[in-house]
Amino acid sequence: MEMLKESYPVAANDMTCAGDVAAKIKRRIKQLGVPAGVVRRVSVCTYEAEINLVIHSCGGRIDLEITEEHILVHVCDTGPGIRDIDKAMTEGWSTASSAVRAMGFGAGMGLPNMKRNADEFAITSEVGVGTDITMIFHI
Amino acid sequence: MLVSEFERLSGAACLTGAYDDREIACGYTCDLLSHVMGRGQADMAWITVQTHMNVIAVAALMDFACVIIPEGLPVEAAILAKAKEEGIILFSSGQTAYALSALLAQNGVLSARKG
Repeated sequence: MEMLKESYPVAANDMTCAGDVAAKIKRRIKQLGVPAGVVRRVSVCTYEAEINLVIHSCGGRIDLEITEEHILVHVCDTGPGIRDIDKAMTEGWSTASSAVRAMGFGAGMGLPNMKRNADEFAITSEVGVGTDITMIFHI
Repeated sequence: MLVSEFERLSGAACLTGAYDDREIACGYTCDLLSHVMGRGQADMAWITVQTHMNVIAVAALMDFACVIIPEGLPVEAAILAKAKEEGIILFSSGQTAYALSALLAQNGVLSARKG
């Protein structure tokens, strides 16, 4: 298989469309015959990333790179950045608004869920600049 | 347990019409979507009082057997339309989440494991 690269923009604040990009990515990798367990893990991670972009960011995008050996998901945004990554990686810690929490988000499980489901996980963030997450899934 | 058996035993109304019957592998009752993403597995029955669009997104992504809304809570037409589009089986029941969970458990449906 040749390397396949795709990029999906995610707009801030639009909760009604949240999940659409993760659904597109799921369909895409299923079509390519990626094993069900990997599809599930990629789905969890891209969904959590997409929700984070909608809830917390000023907008961003999810890039997908697929080879025979792995799926790489790269998530980046244009801010506001995370002040304390260690806290953000702690289960139960969240800065989500009460409105978002009432919808069942903001449980502080997003980043920990991503880390648990990806084979490799890296996050960098700079306040005022943005956040960058790279996740790799071995096929 | 099959979805159709759950429908018969619980008396729940299927809001999404006719469906292809499928096995319920496990169950989970929770209203926090990230917990559901963490626990969720294919063929799971999910009981939640949340009735917004993201419930359908999560159920579709995780390939759940069905979503069960307890206590007769109303579900908007747009949500039902999205559920049908995604092939999600959506039930409404007058029973509480507790009673519905107990019914699943009494009929051999185990709790979802942590993913």
